[in-house]
Amino acid sequence: MNPQWDIIGSEGFKFMGKMNASISHEIKNVLAIINENAGLLEDFMLMVEKGVPLDSERLKKLADKIQSQIQRADRIVKNMNTFAHSVDKTKGNVELGELLSLMTVLSQRLAAMKELTFSVVPPPDPITITTHPFLLENMIWLCLDFAMEMTGPGKSLHLTADADDQWASITISGLDGLRDNFSSEIFPGKRENALMQALGGRAVFDQSRGKIVLSLPREPGAQKDLKAAGE
Amino acid sequence: MTERKVLLIDDELDFLEALSERMRNRGLNVATAASAKEAIQIAQRETYDVLVLDLNMPEMDGLETLKILKGNNPGIHVIILTGHATVEKGIRAVLSGAEEILEKPSNVDVLIRKIEKLVTKKMVKV
Repeated sequence: MNPQWDIIGSEGFKFMGKMNASISHEIKNVLAIINENAGLLEDFMLMVEKGVPLDSERLKKLADKIQSQIQRADRIVKNMNTFAHSVDKTKGNVELGELLSLMTVLSQRLAAMKELTFSVVPPPDPITITTHPFLLENMIWLCLDFAMEMTGPGKSLHLTADADDQWASITISGLDGLRDNFSSEIFPGKRENALMQALGGRAVFDQSRGKIVLSLPREPGAQKDLKAAGE
Repeated sequence: MTERKVLLIDDELDFLEALSERMRNRGLNVATAASAKEAIQIAQRETYDVLVLDLNMPEMDGLETLKILKGNNPGIHVIILTGHATVEKGIRAVLSGAEEILEKPSNVDVLIRKIEKLVTKKMVKV
């Protein structure tokens, strides 16, 4: 069976739009802080012109704030650039620790809106797999979105990666205390299954342990082994 | 000019601090809240002429906050000051009682003119 590319395409656009909206909102916030602090500097200069003594300590604090916001903007733009380039190739090497960090940073603002936090435990040694980078990012986002929607405020979601010679796994845990309206039939749904099929892997939600596990081949060919093993 | 009482609500603390100081420098009486919960508590203790609030905030988004604060004080004027308001959110904000929408980064003097316009309009109505 071929992956359902219409679902994957539509999900990809939604994912890209969601991330872009969140990133641009954050950049706007940074610009707003720089704008107000630069405005305060201007206010101080006008006060000095009127004879109010210059408070050099205060000026230094304002300059530090502006510097720190510029560094914040630089981090946001670097992450945005990494994310944007993930669509360049349909197959590439992805280090899972780095990918999980990127995805949690990109989703941080959306998590904060729901009063949730993420923690990523990087694997002791880098785990590199050959896969479709953007589709994997999209799949991780769907898992995070589901986890954020279904767990209550104040929770923390933990992301880890593991691997053996042929397979790698990504685990998202901390999905306990599911909301009342939760139905175990909704995850993984059509879109998650379509993406995992395209990635040659499998998504399992273990409700009793409160975790989602994504199993992924380290090389695309390993997909056949999973089928041969009868899953 | 009568001192205008403004409640400024935004979860970005550095923004809140800098903008409130600039507004105070221009003669406004400004209280700040870094969350919806804090804003609701402050607004229960004190009456304000104008609310200036962000739409995207943790715990409770700006629209919900707006409905609660407007419900407690129907006469209060509301200005949305947000990073980016979609048309849909803008319409929902207006339907919930917002009278002005400004995008960040904004000009403090434009914001103050809008505050003044809203408060003056209220006084003419009375």
